Order: sequence, then structure tokens, then C-alpha cells
Amino acid sequence: MSIGLVSAAYIAASVLFILSLGGLSNQESAKRAVWYGIVGMAIAVAATILGPDSGNYLLLLVAVAAGGYAGWHVAGRVQMTEMPQLVAALHSFVGLAAVFIGLNAQLELSAVQGMDEAAREALTGFAARLAHKDAVEIAILKVEVFLGIFIGAVTFTGSVVAFGKLAGKIDGKPSKLPGGHMLNLGALILSVILGVMFFNGAGIWTMVLVTLIAGFIGWHLIMGIGGADMPVVVSMLNSYSGWAAAAIGFTLGNDLLIVTGALVGSSGAILSYIMCKAMNRAFVSVILGGFGGPSGPQMEVEGEMIAIDADGVASALKDADSIIIVPGYGMAVAQAQQAVAEVTRRLREAGKTVRFGIHPVAGRLPGHMNVLLAEAKVPYDIVLEMDEINDDFPETDVVIVIGANDIVNPAAQEDPNSPIAGMPVLEVWKAKQVFVSKRGQGTGYSGIENPLFYKENTRMFYGDAKESMNEVLKRLD
Amino acid sequence: MKIGAPKEIIEGEARVAMTPDSARALRKLGHECLIEAGAGREAGFSDAAYREAGVTVIRGAAALWKAADVVLKVRPPEPVEMKRLQKGQTLISFFNPGENEDGMKKAAEREATVIAMEMVPRISRAQKMDALSSMANIAGYRSVIEAAENFPRFLNGQVTAAGKVPPAKVLVVGAGVAGLAAIGTAVSLGAIVHAFDVRPEVAEQIESMGAEFVFLEFEDDQDGAETGGYAKPSSPEFLAKQLEKFRELAPEMDIVITTALIPGRPAPRLWTKDMVEAMKPGSVIVDLAAERGGNCELTKPDERIVTKNGVTIIGYTDFPSRMASQASTLYANNLRHMIADLTPGKDGRIVHDMEDDVIRSATVVHKGKITWPPPPLKVQAIASKKPAAAAPAELTAEERRAQELAAFRKATRDQVAMLVAGGALMLLIGAYAPASFMQHFIVFALAVFVGFQVIWNVSHALHTPLMAVTNAISGIIILGALLQIGSGSWLVMALAFVSVLIATINIVGGFLVTRRMLAMFRKS
Repeated sequence: MSIGLVSAAYIAASVLFILSLGGLSNQESAKRAVWYGIVGMAIAVAATILGPDSGNYLLLLVAVAAGGYAGWHVAGRVQMTEMPQLVAALHSFVGLAAVFIGLNAQLELSAVQGMDEAAREALTGFAARLAHKDAVEIAILKVEVFLGIFIGAVTFTGSVVAFGKLAGKIDGKPSKLPGGHMLNLGALILSVILGVMFFNGAGIWTMVLVTLIAGFIGWHLIMGIGGADMPVVVSMLNSYSGWAAAAIGFTLGNDLLIVTGALVGSSGAILSYIMCKAMNRAFVSVILGGFGGPSGPQMEVEGEMIAIDADGVASALKDADSIIIVPGYGMAVAQAQQAVAEVTRRLREAGKTVRFGIHPVAGRLPGHMNVLLAEAKVPYDIVLEMDEINDDFPETDVVIVIGANDIVNPAAQEDPNSPIAGMPVLEVWKAKQVFVSKRGQGTGYSGIENPLFYKENTRMFYGDAKESMNEVLKRLD
Repeated sequence: MKIGAPKEIIEGEARVAMTPDSARALRKLGHECLIEAGAGREAGFSDAAYREAGVTVIRGAAALWKAADVVLKVRPPEPVEMKRLQKGQTLISFFNPGENEDGMKKAAEREATVIAMEMVPRISRAQKMDALSSMANIAGYRSVIEAAENFPRFLNGQVTAAGKVPPAKVLVVGAGVAGLAAIGTAVSLGAIVHAFDVRPEVAEQIESMGAEFVFLEFEDDQDGAETGGYAKPSSPEFLAKQLEKFRELAPEMDIVITTALIPGRPAPRLWTKDMVEAMKPGSVIVDLAAERGGNCELTKPDERIVTKNGVTIIGYTDFPSRMASQASTLYANNLRHMIADLTPGKDGRIVHDMEDDVIRSATVVHKGKITWPPPPLKVQAIASKKPAAAAPAELTAEERRAQELAAFRKATRDQVAMLVAGGALMLLIGAYAPASFMQHFIVFALAVFVGFQVIWNVSHALHTPLMAVTNAISGIIILGALLQIGSGSWLVMALAFVSVLIATINIVGGFLVTRRMLAMFRKS
């Protein structure tokens, strides 16, 4: 294939990728959109392999076959509750690949620079392209290599830590080395110095060091962030993986890589922005970890938590006409989505209006709850966003909160001194009756008391969410 | 204190001012209850039921009036009853003080206290004793039932095997308590209900009951609400406009229920003779204002008449009494709440606190003095319109426009500032970077821009699939490795090999898992 044909294929692939992301605006077109992405990827890979700059097909085939099998295996096996881990793991791969490709570019570059004129003319592929660069272009290339490696390494270790936290392999609590963010800052300055040295002709060792230092920053940064902030972290890493790809695209002079990297990068950035907005927190404060301390004495919570059993919940559900279910991360932990869906189905059969209210940061991944409910065959048209459903609570008979805490905390609106003051929340307490399914009496991720639990119209339904829902289900007959 | 209720002596009045239930509640306040024998019979409460509730049954009205410290009644007392009123006795009843100067004088002469239930102010705290509202509610309900009885067709629309039946069209004039109750009843019987009121603020209430508000276009800033939540008289121009609208509606309407009353005035004439003549045969008019002369020109109080063109006009004034059991229950509860307010210690001792807004307003005669009309309330029943407009929720159109304009200007300013800053940055890069880099940079900048435009439209529910699919396509980094794998250096080759491998995992895994997720989303 000529360079012209390859470029044409790249244009087609770019368009298909854009359509693929644009198609996600609704559930039906999304099913078509994913095929656009697959076809675009197939075209891009095929064109590159058949194009002029490629070679060593046997090795390539082995790598693609092995990787393809592994990907197929993982995608088929993963539980929907494990999606956050999977996404984080996949991000780490992109980061690692970016690091390798960046190092490769430098290796090739130094090899090419060591050759004489005649040997340069004889080169093919990527090396030939490097051979024809002038001094300024090579300087730019070095900056790009540095960026690609740095972002790639941060993404890699950051994603590995995020994976560990989401999978429960690393403690979800924020932890930092002594020195905290000053350590990160120092590491950052050090890598910039190494980058400048590299730019001025120092060898590949500087880049290897940058890889290690950036890796440390990624690890330390994400270690300092708590489990419930993971939606932001995962979106941020998503964004980084895109920027890393774009930086590599610049290095290799490959427009498709640049376009795709930019698309992914901006997608992740927007997701992070939406998540932060949903928590009413600045992006920086989420990334630097931990909640800001309360700005004054918090409101005293009066009253007591009153418990209720499955009989009470079931009879209230039987009497209710309109019901809203608010799921949180606890539902995913307890794997309760099937039981919840079954209760929903039963109630809908009895002619009741049952809907779901989803807070943007419910769960550990943007849109996580929607996927879990979809898996349990809850129709998506009764699963509504916070803004769509918040006005309906006063006319609702029963609200069931399952494994959610901060996202239904009235203190966000009522107590200006609360650490989560101003965070948009689902106004469940306005409903006639609220049941909170919860494992015990503890506070949520942010460690803030939830006045909802003490309200007169709230009843606490203690126990494992899955078992609780199954108990309710039995009594609904 | 001994609280007693005599039998109502006016012909046809079936209500009673005390029920066994209200008596139980009164006894809990420490009072003793008396009732005239047979007083509750027509409302469905036997003497035995009263005895069971601990009420002393007394034969004869005279004996009861003599024994009781507080007398509860429904209708304003007749002259013979006024004679029985004793010094120091309290009478709680409807009293019609506006037209009962004579009655008040007599009560004052006898040094009795009179609490007139129609004078209970319309404030939130007094709602539980607002007997006018509870009676109006019954009247509104009953007016629709009476109309339905006299209406020869279904109220609800039906499609039957024998043909299609259109729903009846009902017009309710005046959306006070009675009007709203009538709307609710007519809507639940399946009729199509239109409603009119001079107070524009009730449009929302009308619509919340399921009726359509008849909108009257009128330039003048006409606010028909007066203090106290009642209507005030309309200007002649407004009235003319109103009648014009009714004239237009008359031929379409099957049932017209008029409830328009202005406190202390005869009922406004809203449904004229020619409107009645324009109506279809079989149509029904129920005039709830009949007692005050009627909203309809042809209404005869206490009578049901049929016009020449077959329109039935109902002018009954005793709707609550026609549902005596229900009306007695509600009225007795209103009285009980009033007495509860008069017995703050719950110890059976009545404290007539003239400082209390509600008690002061309702008391028309106290300790030998006429205390009517009452001073204006300290608390307004309904906040007047102006402060409401100042509230942030209800901005006027101009303010909203100004706000939108300001927001738009700010957005424009921000955008322009960003464009200028971005442009300057581009120029800076362009000044130093080589042409080959700038070519790629154009592509990069445009791609970021397209990315932002596209991603904002992604549905929140699909954010997880979005992450999975961006994951898959960020596997595009494989291209870099594909270009390098053909290199001569074994180290480069090995690193490229690993990169191809993991990028492929990304691509295949990402796409497959996205597809799996999307396949799960289904519509109900």
C-alpha cells in the first residue's frame, strides 16, 4: 500500500472513531457506534501493517494473536461489578505501551544518528523517517518523546494502583509517604531537569530515569486518593492515556494516533470535569486527595435511627404507588443488582411506578450503576439521572436507598459547615417514606454523619443489601 | 364546663353541632357534654350513640339551654332561641353578623358571648376551625352530584359497542373551596372541566385539580384577590369582558356550577338570561350562590326549575344539610377545634383570650359589648402580590431576559477570552516550531475540539461504555509499535513486540466488553 492509500485509510478510521464516540449519545445508536469503532480500528491496523513502514510480520502475527486471545478472554469473563478494575487495568496497558514506544523512538534515533550518509539512505521504515529529520525537528521529537514517556509512565503506575484499590487488593484508604505532595513536586522537578539534559544531548539513561520517576509520581499520587474518588481518578487516567497516545503520535508523525489520542484525552477530561462537578469539588483538590476539613462546627444531628425489618418494608411497598430506588456503591459490593431488579419487576407487574435515581458519582466508575442495572435487565428508560428525578421526590411514596450515603446526605444543602456543603445530592428525604438499606451504622466514605438517617420519615433497613432485597422479595407475594 | 347542642329548629335543617366522636374529644378536654334528645337523629346519630360516648341526653330545648354553659349550634339562632340565651353563656354558631345587628344587640343585652363561625379568619393556624370551608367543600361536592342527577347523560366519555358517548363539559365559575371541590368531583366523574375565577393566582390550583383555567385577556393589571383570600368586586370593564367570555362558552357547556361570592355583598350576576337560553336542552345549572340572590339571573332560591328550553336550574341552599351526617361530622370537628383553642389548659376551663387573633376575630359579642367588626389581622392571610414578585423564584419577564442577556454576555466574553488566549499560544508555537510539527499540531487541535463537541452529547448512563470504548480506541497506540517492530535492533523489536501484545489486549478487550455492556441496555 502506498503512503497515499494509508493516509486515506487513516482518514476513514478517524471519521469512524468520531462517529463511534458520537453514537454514544443514546442507548440505541450506541449499539451501532461500537461497530464503527471496531471497523475503524481494523482499517487502521490493516493499513499500517500493509503500508510501507512495517515489517517482521511473523512476530507481529504472534503478538496480535496472543493479545487478541487475552483480550477476548478477559472481556468475556469479567463481572459487571468489576468493570472499574478492568478499565483501570486497560489504561495501564496504554501507558506501558506509550513508554515502550517512546523509548524505542529514542533508541532508533540514536542508532540512526550513529550511521553514515550511505547507511542512512539505505534505511527503511520508521528509521528512514527519522533519518530525514533536521536539527529542529529532532529537538521537537525529543520533547515529544519526553512527554510521551512521562505521561505514559504516570498513567501506567497510576492505573495499576487504581486497579489495586478498585479490586480491593490495595487498601482503599488514602495513604501518603512522608513529605506528601512535596515529594511529588520534587520528583516532577527532577524529571524536568532530566528532560532538559536529554534535550541537550544526554543519553537514553535520562529517559529510563524519567520513566522510573514518573512511575513513582503515578503510584504515589493515586495511593493518596481514597476509593470513592476513583470515578475522577479513572476518568483522569483515561484522559492521560489519550494524551500519551497523542504525544507518541507526534513522535512518530502519525496523524491517526494524534487524532485518536486527542479524542480519548478530551473524553477523559470531560468525564473528570463532570464527576468533579457532581461532587462540587475542584479537580485539583480531588487529585491532591482527601476532603477539606470542615469550615466550622457541623450541625448537631438530633433524633435516633429507627430500624425496620423486611415485613415493614414489604408492606410499605405494597401500599405505595410510586417508588424510587437510589443505588450506590454498596449495591455493587453486595452484588445486589439482580435482587433489586427482581423486586422492581415484581412491583412494576403490580402496576406501581418504579424508577431509579442515579447520582453521577454513584459507584466507582462514571455510569457504573447504569451498567449494573442494565446487566440485571432493568430497562434503561426507568433509570434516570439526578437532574431528571430530583423534582419528583415530594410526590414519591417510598424511596429505597441501597448502599448509598453521601449522595443522599441532606447536610450538603442544610449545613453550610459540612465538608460536602454545596454538593448536589438526591433529595430523597422529601419523599413520604425513605428506607435505607445499609450494612451497619457507620458513616460514608467522607466520614460525615448523615442526618437523613435520623429523619422522621426514614427507617433503617440493616443487613446485606442482597439478602435484604431477597427477604423483601419473598414477602411481596 | 358544660357544653350542649340543641336540635336545630329551622325546617329542613338536618345537621347537628355535636357528634358522638366530637363529644369524646371534648370530654378529653375536661368538658361535660349535653345533647337535646333527638338532635342527631336526622344526621344519623342516635341518642344511644351519644350516651355511649358519655353525653348526657336532655329532653327539651329549654332544659338544655338552661343547663349548658356553652351552646353549640349550626344555623344562626332564631328569635325564640335568642330568648333562651343567658347571662355569661357562650354561643358558638354561624351567626351572620353582617346582617344580624339585632341579634348581636340582644346578645349584648343579655351579657352573653357569641362566637360566629363564619368570622374565623382564613389563616393557616385557623384552618381546622374554618367551618365555611368545610361546608363549602360539601356544597361543592354535592352540587356536582345534584347536577349529575338532573343531567340526562353520562358525565364521562365512553366508547361502547352501542356507540361513542362524548364526555360532559362542565364550567365552574369561582374557584374557592366549593369551586375546587366541584372541580375535583366533576373531574373524577370523568367530565371535561373548565373553571373561571377573577383571581389569577388560583389558575395553578385549578389546573392542579385537573381542570382547564378559562383565560381572560385583559390589559389592566387586574388582581381580583383581596386580603383574606376572598374575591373583591370587579371593575365594570372587567365584568363586561367576563360576561362576553361566558356568552361564548354557554352553548358548549352541559353543566354550569356557579360559586361566585364576594364577602358582605349580594352575589354578582354572572350567568344572564340570554346565556341560559343559549344552552342546550338538558343542560344543568347549579347556583351555589342562591342564598345571596344567585349568580344566575333565573335562579329561584331553594327551588329547582326547568326553563322553556329545557335547562334545569338548581337553587338549593341546603347542600350541606343534604349530606347531614358528613356535614355534621366536619362541622362538629371545627367546633371541637375552636373549643380546644378556648381551653388552653385542657382542664375544662374556658379562657376567652381576646388577644388571640383567631378568637378575637370570631367573637362578635363579648361581656355585653358588640365586638364586631374585628380589627384587621396581624398576619395577612395570603401575602400580597408584590413581595412574591421580589422573591428570586418569580422573576418578571424583563428581569429574566436581563439575566439571560447577562449570562450570554459573560459566556461570550469567556469564549472570546479563551479564543484570544488560545490564538496567542498558537502564534507563539508557530513562531518557533518547524512546519512539519505545525501540520500535526493543526490535526491535534482540531481533534481535541471535535472530541469536546462530541463527548458533551454522550448520555450520562453510557459513561462506563464510553470509558471502555475510549480504552479500546486508545489501543490505537499499537500503530506506533507496528511501525517499530520491523526495526533491526533486537531491543527495539522486543519492546515493540510487548507493546503490540498489550495494545491488542486493549483493543480486543475494550471493544468486546463495550459490546457486551451495550447489548444489556434494553428498553421496557
